[in-house]
Amino acid sequence: MRVEIIGGGPAGLYLAILLKKADPATDVRMRERNAPGATFGWGVVFSEETLGSLRDADPETHLEITDTFARWNRVDIRFRGRELTSRGHSFSAIARTRLLEILQHRCAGLGVELDFGVEVERLPEADLVVGADGANSLVRRLGDFGTVVEPEGSKYVWFGTDLVFDAFTFIFRETEHGLYNVHAYPYDEDMSTFIVECPLETWLGAGHQDMSEEENLAYCEQLFARDLRGRELFSNRSLWFDFPKVTNRVWHDGRVVLLGDAAHTAHFSIGSGTKLAMEDSIALANALVRRGWDVEAALVDYELERGPAVERTQAAASDSAAYFARVASYTRLEPIQFAFNLLTRSGRITHGSLGIRDPQFTRTLDSWFGGAPVSPPPAFAPLELRGVRFANRFSLVPSGFVAVSAEGRIDPETPTSDEWTPPPGDQVLLQLGHAGRRGACRPRALGRDLPLTDGWPLVAPSSRPYGPFSATPGEPDETAIRSQFVAAARRAAELGVDVLELDMAHGYLLGSFLSPLTNPREADERLRFPLSVLEEVRAVWPRVLGVRLSVTDWHPRGNSVEDGVAIARTMAEHGCDLVHVEAGQTVHDDRPEYRRGFLTTLSDRVRNEARVPTLVGGHLTTLDEANTAVAAGRADLVLLDLPRAEIERPLEASNTVLQAEVRT
Amino acid sequence: MNVGVGLPTTTPGTTGELLLEWAGRADAGPFSSLAVLDRVAYDSFEPFAALAAAAGVTSRVRLATMIAIGPLRPTGLLAKQAASVHSLSGGRLTLGLALGARTEDYEAAGVASRGRGRKLVEQLAYIRGGVDGDRVGPSRDGIELLVGGLSGQAFSRMARYADGYAHGGGPPRAFAAAAARAEAAWRDLGRPGSPRLWGQGYFTLGDLERGNAYLRDYYAFTGPFAERIVAENLTSARAVKDFVRGYEETGCDELVLFPTVADMDELERLAEAIA
Repeated sequence: MRVEIIGGGPAGLYLAILLKKADPATDVRMRERNAPGATFGWGVVFSEETLGSLRDADPETHLEITDTFARWNRVDIRFRGRELTSRGHSFSAIARTRLLEILQHRCAGLGVELDFGVEVERLPEADLVVGADGANSLVRRLGDFGTVVEPEGSKYVWFGTDLVFDAFTFIFRETEHGLYNVHAYPYDEDMSTFIVECPLETWLGAGHQDMSEEENLAYCEQLFARDLRGRELFSNRSLWFDFPKVTNRVWHDGRVVLLGDAAHTAHFSIGSGTKLAMEDSIALANALVRRGWDVEAALVDYELERGPAVERTQAAASDSAAYFARVASYTRLEPIQFAFNLLTRSGRITHGSLGIRDPQFTRTLDSWFGGAPVSPPPAFAPLELRGVRFANRFSLVPSGFVAVSAEGRIDPETPTSDEWTPPPGDQVLLQLGHAGRRGACRPRALGRDLPLTDGWPLVAPSSRPYGPFSATPGEPDETAIRSQFVAAARRAAELGVDVLELDMAHGYLLGSFLSPLTNPREADERLRFPLSVLEEVRAVWPRVLGVRLSVTDWHPRGNSVEDGVAIARTMAEHGCDLVHVEAGQTVHDDRPEYRRGFLTTLSDRVRNEARVPTLVGGHLTTLDEANTAVAAGRADLVLLDLPRAEIERPLEASNTVLQAEVRT
Repeated sequence: MNVGVGLPTTTPGTTGELLLEWAGRADAGPFSSLAVLDRVAYDSFEPFAALAAAAGVTSRVRLATMIAIGPLRPTGLLAKQAASVHSLSGGRLTLGLALGARTEDYEAAGVASRGRGRKLVEQLAYIRGGVDGDRVGPSRDGIELLVGGLSGQAFSRMARYADGYAHGGGPPRAFAAAAARAEAAWRDLGRPGSPRLWGQGYFTLGDLERGNAYLRDYYAFTGPFAERIVAENLTSARAVKDFVRGYEETGCDELVLFPTVADMDELERLAEAIA
């Protein structure tokens, strides 16, 4: 068995060790372009979990690695002159040079052939060729892997410093050009990694593109002088980069396989690159042994095992990268909320899981959120909006679509506002709408947008039908429809409803006015009619007035998230108290992105960029998701997809706990 | 969760006689459905013809396409074929529709693959909406409609027009992820209740070499993915049981296990494994 490994980073070296250990007769050769001591980057991070796998895979190197490790369990967040700390995170880091030294030494001891300073131009002959040659892999370019490389997140530059931080430290610094942030962590007794990041606009504004390596370093050193406490930054070809997100449809092509960054990258802000790479090595070595060195079978196993884990990490990394790209919109949050939002940015930490790691942090958060020293979890905190009190964040009961007129119904079962009455006992959200071109359909038990054969005439701002076989809409009588909304609002006020929302989402009449896909008029003109409805309803409606809005059309020619945020801002300026965040359905052939909590990030953006309270659903199925979303400032109210019984049970449980805590 | 079995309409060496025997045996239990695949450019039986034949020798099991490539057929004809099987079987059709993954099937059928997404949407709206219902009988009322595919658009088509989701196969974890997306889409479209969730897998409980060779050939167009599918093939009673249990935990409603070898012993062994 002859194995050729291209690339002498942690993935390649570690694989060489494991293969040689598994069968000393295996002929393993590693070729690396650079000299043995050359390395870029400073320290690399591991989690406890990764260390466990390293211990099982090769105790000798594990011992050496952990010997020189910097370990910490804190995350410090420096923001607006305050430092917030969260504990219980168990990280460790090691100098990349030291890690490579240990691995190289072990390779040599086991009889791996190590060739440094060798450029590989074509693939060598071997039973197995491993491309462990990084994000810019040459091996990958020589094969057919269905590779996609695209930039992700903000501009960043990777420095070292001789200031030894005692925690993973996030630093945020406001400048005249925008917000910079730092990811800093110690990796041995003398040094820390210090990554500076900022969005492209900030980067251009500050003129980094015209600075030399030394000037950039001096700029960053000065900007963070206070945090560096007089210590220096060090450059090791430290230039500003865009992070390349690498994905491959397949990771092997015949006898050639990709490992680590060559196969997949994960944005540095979740510190998982080296961890993923070394886990790849373990999985590949195990698969080869398990399959009796049957290369084809082992490569399939390897890909099957690693694929899902890598995909999850990449998704979390992308969420994290996107968070840092828009972090400036969170600077008005209270520091504790800002910190919690940061910690939960990639979806891997929730209110519940943080409560286990760091109960003190969540207690502090809960008391701040609840406004009392002993407070229940955030979703149970009451909310007051325009004089209306919400007992908690998840019990508001939506009425479902209530039409302002018979012609505005979706289907014959749609209630109209003159016959609708609130269910007793619940705090209800009355959802008023006009179906527009999505009207006159068969009942929704059968499906949606299936036109009735004997329907009523439809209206919309353009004559394009909604879906296949849908009727062609005519012109709406704006004055009459506006009066119907106003009349319905008056009646709702008499019925004692607390919360009223105008449906401007999902391609119903008002929503279809807002989108370029369904309204040929110019942007400002498109808002005119929906805004006039909002204003006239506002004039007669004293309590909470919401707008249900498709924040994006999920369509290349439709409203983008930025457009949606701008519309939300305009709605707020015209008297909207609450944006009910939705997406898509403006047209029937949009490109939705469904998953659990698929609307939460959109809600976050509306709430923090348009600065308007939000209500969000999007298939949130647990109270933990509700706690996390409201505590992180991503939403004010949530709609849970739970049977009512399941909502009431934890409520009782929480009340019991609360009473017990109050008594003690 | 119900467990169904595939009819070996795409495996080498299948005869019409074997299909009828297979269908009759499956109807005797413990299977709840009998399902077919759809290829044109492959040595295989046409799905609606096969189900029509199966309808004649069965009285209990549901007859399902998992899936049929809708846009290969003109819309009215597809509706008529489906309605005919539905009527011939006394209302037992589950019609799973999707786009299919191979452009060569479109070429062989003489149909443009461009615009197939739009065509599928039109077909779903036509079939479910009862368009031309009186003219293009028999009645389509009561056909259980499923949609397959993994794109966001596939999930919204499913939630908009169908009764449930037809997953393309994979480990339980992959099914669970798709099921969560199907649920999310269902709620987003404001449909009452929950989507019916159908999953599938392959088994070879006898001649492993033949079974795997078939899978490699059937999925050759996917390149290295074929080996993944071979790796996931269920090759022992134990593997079948684990797979069924794994799917049960995900909330799957109907799991269809497809044969890879056209041999009655395969069906007998599967029946024993899941009994």
